[in-house]
Amino acid sequence: MPITINIPTALRQFTEGNSRIEVEASTAGEALDRLTTLHAGLRRHLYDDKNALRSFVNVYVNDDDVRHQSGGETPLKDGDTVMIVPSIAGGATTEAEVASALPSLSNEEIARYSRHLIMPEVGLEGQRRLKAASVLMIGTGGLGAPVGMYLAAAGVGRIGIVDFDVVEASNLQRQIIHGTGDIGRPKIESARDRLRDINPHIEIETHETRLTSQNALGLFANYDIVVDGTDNFPTRYLVNDACVLSGKPNVYGSIFRFEGQASVFWADAPNGGGACYRCLYSEPPPPGLVPSCAEGGVLGVLPGIVGAIQANETIKIILGAEGILVNRLLLFDAWQLKFRELKLRKDPSCPVCGENPTIKELIDYEEFCGLRGQAPEQPATLEEITATELKERLDNGQHVQIIDVRETFEYDIARIPGTRLIPLGQVVTRMNEIDPSRETVMHCKAGVRSAKAIAALKQAGFPGRLINLKGGITAWSDEVDPTVAKY
Amino acid sequence: MIQLATQHRKQITAHGERDYPYECCGLLLGSFAEGAVKAIAEIYPISNAREEQAKRNRFLIRPEELMRGERYAETKGLDVVGFYHSHPDEPAVPSQYDLEHAWPLYSYIVVSVSVDAAQDLRSWEMEADRSRFVEEEISVDLS
Repeated sequence: MPITINIPTALRQFTEGNSRIEVEASTAGEALDRLTTLHAGLRRHLYDDKNALRSFVNVYVNDDDVRHQSGGETPLKDGDTVMIVPSIAGGATTEAEVASALPSLSNEEIARYSRHLIMPEVGLEGQRRLKAASVLMIGTGGLGAPVGMYLAAAGVGRIGIVDFDVVEASNLQRQIIHGTGDIGRPKIESARDRLRDINPHIEIETHETRLTSQNALGLFANYDIVVDGTDNFPTRYLVNDACVLSGKPNVYGSIFRFEGQASVFWADAPNGGGACYRCLYSEPPPPGLVPSCAEGGVLGVLPGIVGAIQANETIKIILGAEGILVNRLLLFDAWQLKFRELKLRKDPSCPVCGENPTIKELIDYEEFCGLRGQAPEQPATLEEITATELKERLDNGQHVQIIDVRETFEYDIARIPGTRLIPLGQVVTRMNEIDPSRETVMHCKAGVRSAKAIAALKQAGFPGRLINLKGGITAWSDEVDPTVAKY
Repeated sequence: MIQLATQHRKQITAHGERDYPYECCGLLLGSFAEGAVKAIAEIYPISNAREEQAKRNRFLIRPEELMRGERYAETKGLDVVGFYHSHPDEPAVPSQYDLEHAWPLYSYIVVSVSVDAAQDLRSWEMEADRSRFVEEEISVDLS
């Protein structure tokens, strides 16, 4: 069917000066396709990088806007006239300010990001958005490592890193942002150097501090998105509450042994908002119930997978993509290699993001997680000995019995000579194997489990003297015998 | 190059001053002469189509208004050869947003207006590859 397309003056230079072009087409979209195939120079002025009709370009069929009909599917019949009419927009608008504020890319950057640029979902504008974006990473451990490295590689313009730890050998099995030569260095320095090496075009800001209720809101204010790579409940609740209070998305990940979780907690998310961490877990578990990775272990590649998912979601938030992990909790089992997904709902009675919030400022999260009251009690009732003192006693021929409360596989990795292994879970039932007439030193890896074992034995009525080895076998290796492996 | 007589320049600046602190906009009617020179014959003011709170920051000519303007131009034997708009308290330089909503060949006149009076008036043309606006010479000589 012959259709006439009227060409506006400005575009006639692309149609050899013709003001009318005849094409065969049955829909408005098809007519434009034919037109831009015949006159390819027109295409970029009618369609954007994503192959969508530019927002200011209007198509009329016989004086009716196709947007009020079926869009590109609007049917055409013989002799119809299609008109292309711009609406003229401009000025320094909010949107314009955003667009014009987006930084441009140098030729070096264009070459670096070319695999992004050629995908319409990212494109030049998306890459400029990434460059304009700022992300604060809490922690540069197992999760922070892939998060930081992928965000840096992707060209996120400003990355802040918060950590106060020092790189240890036992980190390197999973924290691939740090290397062997970094052992003993502050993690933020090691991470900063690695990220700079990956991408010199971005800014790295280091914050060598523990995240606290005092500094969190001030830190978060300078960034668009916060990525939680922490490994403890007080900081996790702190990050959540500070994100809700400052309206920032919290890209969450957590790992334990073979299992990981990821979600985007974003109370102010577009289209109705999303659940926060407290909508999912309003209260932390009792202290000690959930072991840390240091106690329970973690498969090294697991934080790599979960952290990469966090990086993925962070980039999608910056790009304004759909399908973000809002109101969805992703569960991953690395051992079974299975992903599962739970739907989350914003809890109207959530104490921080609900309809009548009771938490309007940051609180004491150590106390909230039940960790405050516990700490002062322990030293009062717990007798301790350092590794050096224990060595002296042994050297002086003192008849000390040493009980190792770790697991068998840990005992296989490293042991203090002359010790007896009774794992923590069996210590009470096998109490009769410990001689109450002798002084007993209990140890584990770092001193936490042995303190629990002493408390359990005392509760069970063990009559003998129990002393905790401060710092566990790790301290023994540091202070007494470096040939004992640290793990 | 665009040929803009003093009276037409005054009409544009007066429109900008009248609508301050809001943006004004309108059509430039005229004809394309040899060598892509645009001779302006008439200024066609258009009311700002945007809702009140957005007027300060953006101007918009709806396609219906543009078509009306084109029909009017046709009766006078003229073409729509460009558009003008004001930037209240902003320089007379097109924004990235302007660039994303432009077509080549047309002249885009931007007039910067402060609280007292119109300041700068400059005319811009978008490069055919959409990469940027290039300032075009404004000639007052219509001889």
